[in-house]
Amino acid sequence: MSAAGIGQSVTRQEDARFLSGRGRYVGDINLPNQARAIVLRSPHAHALIRSIDTAVASAMPGVLGVFTASDLGTDLGTTAVAFKRTRPDGSPMFWRAYPGLAKEAVHHVGDPVAFVVAESIDLAKDAAEQVQVDYAALPAVGDIELALRPGAPAAWQDCPDNVSHVHELGNRAATDAAFAAAAHVVRRRYRVSRVHAQYMEPRCALGSYDPIDGRFTLYCDAQQPHRVRDILAREVFRIPSGRIRVVGVDIGGGFGGKGPQVLEFRLLLWAARKLGRPVKWVSERSESLLFDEHGRDNLHEAEIALDADGRFLALRSHWVANVGAYVSSDRNIQATFQNTPGLVGVYDFPVGHVRFTCVLTNTPSLAPYRGAGRPEASYVIERLIDDAALETGIDRVELRRRNIIGPEQLPKITALGYHYDCGEFERCMDEALGIADWSGFETRRQAAKARGRLRGIGLSNPIERAAAPGMEFAELRFDARGRVTALMGSKNHGQGHETAFKQVLATHLGLAAADIDYVDGDTDRVAFGVGTFGSRSAATAGTALVIAAGKIIEKARRIAAHRLEAGEADIQFAAGVFRIAGTDRSITLKDVAAIAFLPEQLPAGTEPGLFENGMFSPEDNTYPYGSHVCEVEIDPETGALEIVRYVVADDVGTQINPLLVKGQIHGGIGQGGGQVLKERVLYDPDNAQLLTGSFMDYAMPRADDFCAIEVSSIVVPTARNPLGVKGAGEAGAVGAVPALMNAIIDALSPLGVQQFEMPATPDRIWRAINEAGWTRAQGAPVA
Amino acid sequence: MIKLTVNGRAHEADVEGEMPLLWVLRDVLDIKGPKFGCGIAQCGACTVLLDGAPVRSCSVPVAAIAGKKVTTVEGLEVNGHLHPVQQAWLDHEVPQCGYCQGGQMLTAVALLRHNPKPSDADIDAAMTNICRCGTYARIRTAVHAAAASSQSKRA
Ligand code: FES
Ligand code: FES
Repeated sequence: MSAAGIGQSVTRQEDARFLSGRGRYVGDINLPNQARAIVLRSPHAHALIRSIDTAVASAMPGVLGVFTASDLGTDLGTTAVAFKRTRPDGSPMFWRAYPGLAKEAVHHVGDPVAFVVAESIDLAKDAAEQVQVDYAALPAVGDIELALRPGAPAAWQDCPDNVSHVHELGNRAATDAAFAAAAHVVRRRYRVSRVHAQYMEPRCALGSYDPIDGRFTLYCDAQQPHRVRDILAREVFRIPSGRIRVVGVDIGGGFGGKGPQVLEFRLLLWAARKLGRPVKWVSERSESLLFDEHGRDNLHEAEIALDADGRFLALRSHWVANVGAYVSSDRNIQATFQNTPGLVGVYDFPVGHVRFTCVLTNTPSLAPYRGAGRPEASYVIERLIDDAALETGIDRVELRRRNIIGPEQLPKITALGYHYDCGEFERCMDEALGIADWSGFETRRQAAKARGRLRGIGLSNPIERAAAPGMEFAELRFDARGRVTALMGSKNHGQGHETAFKQVLATHLGLAAADIDYVDGDTDRVAFGVGTFGSRSAATAGTALVIAAGKIIEKARRIAAHRLEAGEADIQFAAGVFRIAGTDRSITLKDVAAIAFLPEQLPAGTEPGLFENGMFSPEDNTYPYGSHVCEVEIDPETGALEIVRYVVADDVGTQINPLLVKGQIHGGIGQGGGQVLKERVLYDPDNAQLLTGSFMDYAMPRADDFCAIEVSSIVVPTARNPLGVKGAGEAGAVGAVPALMNAIIDALSPLGVQQFEMPATPDRIWRAINEAGWTRAQGAPVA
Repeated sequence: MIKLTVNGRAHEADVEGEMPLLWVLRDVLDIKGPKFGCGIAQCGACTVLLDGAPVRSCSVPVAAIAGKKVTTVEGLEVNGHLHPVQQAWLDHEVPQCGYCQGGQMLTAVALLRHNPKPSDADIDAAMTNICRCGTYARIRTAVHAAAASSQSKRA
């Protein structure tokens, strides 16, 4: 049977189980004799804990344990930040990792205070209600702008100015000089809202401890199972990593948010060991909003310098980031470095400089969420170019065209340090503009106007760092019947890895999907792994698989040559068959695999068996990019907005499976678009209480928010990995946030509305329209 | 003892009447197709059919369904044959993480039952289940495909 290889749009292997209800997620797993746990969380945003009384709760029927910080004692270590930065005065950065449970004080609503384990979830909840915690409330701050005001409440009493740390990127002196000499300077403020990944499967885990061999087992929904194991072993329990087995099964979405340092994992393993029973914990949605790591939440004061012809001279920006209350590892500040050089986009800036101020607030930690700094960077530059176009009177497409990096300029190190290797940015933009009929827009705007509607069109040219340097692993194990098991260090959580990696094996080993068993997520079965995040798996794990396949061919060729009584150099391998060149004498890889387990039939000195692995760490990032064109219509009477057309042209390099790529692009646009249209985690500015604690208050994008999305691809393979793939997981979100907002502003700008912050809910749009109307009636100048 | 029929099989469950149907299915009867997403009837991950009509089982007390027939995603296949909606979902590669899809398909089955040829607007109005992976466009395509295939079978 012919196998579907790289480049084919085959449907997914894994769908059959999802469609019949046989997907197996952590919440579906139960162990005999398991207990259930819940976390008692702080209702205060900032408070001292005077005392905790667990006596009543502990004595309730069915309660197995009510644990607080004093029960944990020194059993559990904490995680740490590796990137050590400084505060404005040069003192070390202020960071505090989550302890296991809060001891002397709580620092945000939802901060874990006690861990209650009982025979059932209802008993655990009832007991938690009887835990008496005596708090002394302190002033709290939930917003970065408020936190930076003089006299603002301190998120931590020992950090009065709320500045965790600052850092810089780029060349300050050269940038300042370019600004001083510029013909035009355009300066704007942009706010990127705080959102939640909102994977449909809330976080959950099930842990047990085997006292005989002294090992923990943890079933959990983490994107990086091996990292989970290593953090728990090295930093938390301080035991050899072989003493913990982490098992990841199907995951109901992650989007960056299901990271490795999850606090509940350590609590439930600790309790499982203490109680001698498996312990299961399932987050509720409201708990998820209270305690999961959130995404984005930053403020940008951005400036662009242009010469008289509209050429970009410099970019200068101040990126003010919320880092929440706890910074437990680099992950919690990741969105403020690594991905931020994307601020210069696909444009030829001679110089640039960015200052970062990382601000503490009484809110949960921040962490990567689909893009992790990339959508923010892309938002700032693509909004700023539109604003510069309005202010200079240069057409926004023309302004982009004048400054876009041409293929002849590549490779190129950008003003903020990215090393772009390849791409055809302008061609991609033209592809999207062409499909979207950009030049015919004015007619559509007039037609909409005749219907009483405001129509706008927006463009963005996102680029993002993907598949960053970092290892990944793959192993191939053949059995004596020629069947192979692929064991991957990456962790699928909805991307379709199983299908894509089987396609890689079809191309490289000529094997049919039915001959391959696929394993990921189990640290006892997969020898090494880093995990899936940052649009990396196809490039890194895919390449590791190609390397492993190469070693298989090398060994199998030796065996084939021996069997066919030919020289190794005369043996060709194609489509799963070794053949003596120019003859019809051949043997299949499957048959060679069988021979590999018959030592007497092997060439002298050949080790029996057919097991190989591959490790890959790219030397540099890949840079997928694209162009998004979005068209919206707004009803000025109600503020209701409709996305009427959405076109993407993008280059994610080689596509292992275009159908999967398109699905990823759709999903990214759904999330980026959701942020612009309606989503927002909101805290009361005065007391840092969470105002959006459920799906009643946190608006989620649904089917009727989106039109069909037209995706067209151009393919410029990267040489940074042998597959030529660049990565597709985050691209949609990176482009959607600016494209949609640019379209909204374009629709509103005839009324004089040129600044508008997400989310673009109907009430907020309506208010902006009405306020603009009032301004014009007064004869005030349009901003 | 509460009696209920799920996917054509009669069950008895020794639970309180106010226990949500979702947890009776998942924790008592070990039927795991319906998923927990929010518990407040907002997301649709827990959708099942009650006498053919979609309900959010997280918010239905089990006592309220006496005498009604429950269908979960496990009950869509008949004699090893995929339901036309499942087939359309497969052909159009709808699922990503898969978590919401049982609820999505059941909602689509109910929609097609009373509206065999829905428009895009009908689909958007009926399919209010959340999919965080953003598979909405393919869901729309798949519902149309399922509608077409059911019609061609009927013809
Ligand atoms: S779990 Fe029932 S609607 Fe969300
Ligand atoms: S497929 Fe993941 S939530 Fe719908």
